[in-house]
Amino acid sequence: MSEKPVPTIYPETQFYWDGAKEGKLLLNRCIACDTPYFPPRPFCPACGSRDVDVIEASGRGRLYSYVISHLPAPGYEPPYVVAVVELEEGVRMVSNILDIPADPDALELDMALEVAFEERGAVTVPQFRPAGGAP
Amino acid sequence: MSRAKIAIVGAAETTRMGKVPELSQTGLHADGALNALTDCGLTPSDIDGIATAGHDVAEIAQYLGITPSWADGTSVGGCSFITLVRHAAAAIETGLCTTVLITHGESGRSNNRSHRPIFPAMQQQEFENTYGAAFPPTKFTLPVMRKMKDDGLTEEQLAMVAVVQREWAAMHPRATAREPITVDDVLGSRMIAFPFRKLMCCLVSDGGGALVLTSAERAADFPTKPVYPRGMGGESAEGPMISQMESFTSSKAFRISGRLAFESAGITHADVDHLMIYDAFAHLPVYGLEDLGFVAPGEAGAFIADGHTRPGGTLPLNTNGGGLSYMHSGMYGMYALQESVRQMRGVSPAQIDGAKLSVVHGVGGMFSAASTVVLTNERQF
Repeated sequence: MSEKPVPTIYPETQFYWDGAKEGKLLLNRCIACDTPYFPPRPFCPACGSRDVDVIEASGRGRLYSYVISHLPAPGYEPPYVVAVVELEEGVRMVSNILDIPADPDALELDMALEVAFEERGAVTVPQFRPAGGAP
Repeated sequence: MSRAKIAIVGAAETTRMGKVPELSQTGLHADGALNALTDCGLTPSDIDGIATAGHDVAEIAQYLGITPSWADGTSVGGCSFITLVRHAAAAIETGLCTTVLITHGESGRSNNRSHRPIFPAMQQQEFENTYGAAFPPTKFTLPVMRKMKDDGLTEEQLAMVAVVQREWAAMHPRATAREPITVDDVLGSRMIAFPFRKLMCCLVSDGGGALVLTSAERAADFPTKPVYPRGMGGESAEGPMISQMESFTSSKAFRISGRLAFESAGITHADVDHLMIYDAFAHLPVYGLEDLGFVAPGEAGAFIADGHTRPGGTLPLNTNGGGLSYMHSGMYGMYALQESVRQMRGVSPAQIDGAKLSVVHGVGGMFSAASTVVLTNERQF
């Protein structure tokens, strides 16, 4: 089986992947709006301000939506879950759901999730799993 | 009372659709273009404006022997051809050109092409593809489980979208899939990306089509029954990252595009005789009906399941069978336009008797962009 994909990292997103390597889920935040946003960029997508910083997210979120792919993809053996996670901080991101069967009966919308980190060669990829371990 | 300013005088699809291995993608553009020119009695030398999407517009111009004074290559996905109708109308009205050819060709099945139509977005590759969200069936479908929980949309209702559209396709000799299907057939078809089964996903086809637009004053010079854009339509774009949609139960781009088109045309929903909503997957007519305002949020699944959009229903929708049953080359918007033109000319194999007003709404990318136009066969409105 082929390797799972590794992202092409750009200068504006390097901090995000560096953070993941250290076990941290980092988000940009607009100082003026006091609002985190995702994906990373060096200005606020709500107001255009360049006055932004980086915060560490709590790593807690909920299962916002998902599909179970029955098609193969590079590095992925079907069936596998492609999910959208909504973080406590309000942003949404795509993830797989680790430590849980790719089965609709196991995947309840709004279930509590926590961040985990998956090594892919030189890159560490943020992932999510059921909060407090597998149910 | 207003008078139409712009007319669609030529319209045609490629000679063959479905599996067309004998033509390249560029060749499909040309085949559709020559058919549309023949339809209205023109030759390439009569064209001074050209537009296409998913392909270099200059390449298509050169291939056809056209040296235009206006060219538009707006490429925001499959709805681009709907967008290009309003762009072409604006160009003709402001005198940038007089006669516009909009072409589409796509070797989606045979893959006789040197490139795919849309560049993958940078952040999509970095933050979505990384997680195995590699294809439209695992991206375009992502909001639907949320909509099912929040709005009560059911798998059976999604299946009914496919069932009803197959009823329309059965009337079209050129539709790819014409055999009747049931909800059980749809739910029992191969799982692609839960909750989506194969029959909830579009076909993969080769094909193309083209339109010729000019000023309404010139429309009488052509052998075809003119079809007029009413108002200037609408368009919007929310962006290619589906995980970043403002809402998972409604498309912001759909709402903006639809509102602009209805306001510009000065119509209400009761005026609409015929409707096309681009359906790459079965949930798109559901979002479209709600976001265009034909039904309240959360009601479209039941509206379709209750039969309102099927043959004989109050709101005929996707009367060619749509991307699910008619054909889907990848950028389907041109085929939605072609069926709308046929309906307004009164020549569709699934003709709605007396239809005077048709709305065509399309999605670009995966909820990335949207465009809407209102077409009519009435010169004055």
